[in-house]
Amino acid sequence: MIRHHLADDLVVSYAAGALAEGWSLVVAAHLALCPLCRRRCAIGDNIGGLLLEELAPDAPPEQSWEEVRARLAGATPPVGARDGLAASRVGVPEPVKSYVRRDAGSRKWAAFGRRAYQIPIPTADGSTRARLLRIPAGRSVPEHGHRGRELTLVLSGNLCDDPAIFRRGDILDADEALTHKPVAGVGADCICLVVTDAPLRFRSRLIRLVQPLLGI
Amino acid sequence: MRLSIDPRRSAEPISFSDLLVSVATSRDVRSFEIIFNHFAPRVTAYMSRLVGDGPAADELMQETMIAVWNKAGRFDPKRGSAATWIFTIARNLRIDAYRRERRPSFDPNDPAFGPIPDLPADIAVDAAQAAERLHHAVAKLAHHERILLELAYFESKPLNAISQELGLPLGTVKSRLRRTFSKLRGALENAKGMR
Repeated sequence: MIRHHLADDLVVSYAAGALAEGWSLVVAAHLALCPLCRRRCAIGDNIGGLLLEELAPDAPPEQSWEEVRARLAGATPPVGARDGLAASRVGVPEPVKSYVRRDAGSRKWAAFGRRAYQIPIPTADGSTRARLLRIPAGRSVPEHGHRGRELTLVLSGNLCDDPAIFRRGDILDADEALTHKPVAGVGADCICLVVTDAPLRFRSRLIRLVQPLLGI
Repeated sequence: MRLSIDPRRSAEPISFSDLLVSVATSRDVRSFEIIFNHFAPRVTAYMSRLVGDGPAADELMQETMIAVWNKAGRFDPKRGSAATWIFTIARNLRIDAYRRERRPSFDPNDPAFGPIPDLPADIAVDAAQAAERLHHAVAKLAHHERILLELAYFESKPLNAISQELGLPLGTVKSRLRRTFSKLRGALENAKGMR
């Protein structure tokens, strides 16, 4: 049961097509797991349909219809070609799975600091950074604050951010106002998708020194 | 029951849905031309808001309409109006073309996909009725709320860009957007009391 959902501004901005790719990735992954937010997002799509309907029409060039009609004959309906890959062990949902698979070289977990492992996920937007993060059971992420927004989607295991516990599908939405030290539940490693748009603010001087190398 | 509402608005979602279905089932060019005549100028206007008037907007409109023709089989009249479905196609093409980014979306065929619970009968409203209610709710929005929606939907501006443009703190824009959205959502969800 998902308890921590997408903020309204994320739902509307995603439906509007106004989110950078990294944010869209984490929003879409939450939607894959959350029927409630899919319904909220459908309302966002409906708002778009209504605004389109009410937009003052702007007549296309006269020959446009002829050009389009000429292309209809050659157009072919897309076949529903989906590769039916079985769910991976941790149940990573689309679209995250394809993003990780796209770049085979990056599929291995690499040490991320001394306490965690990561798989960076390349996106084209230039304003966000996305990564899969694996925090070993019972370990914590070093205490940090935020200079921007940080969205964390739990994919497996639990993440405790006192007093809340985040489980598969839950979204942890952090901003400048929050300083925290999330801890993976003791039962299993916690795997999550983390997207940020600004460097984190670590308390530890040692971590601040290596921070540029970690790219976080 | 629908006779009581403005025919221009009530007719739209119904007839364009039907036309899309006939494009899907019988590849009917005449139906498609009617859809084109109505939506091409609106899609052109939508594209112009981001890429300016001219060949780029026309090209993106043409791509959108070809995709409408190709994907008509995926349109489900129970899930929303023709305008909503065409909007989502135009929006995705605009992101691909303009920002050279992708807009990741979920895949309902994915084994990890969360199950879809049945819609409770009192929430599952007719798509045409929903469009009608939304129309009234949007018409009642305050000017500053309407501006917020237009900046997001037409100009693809994220929150921080909107807050810069309006000279308002990010938190203010965020809470305004939240209020605007909950008004519109409320119009759809509380409507059951009206019936």
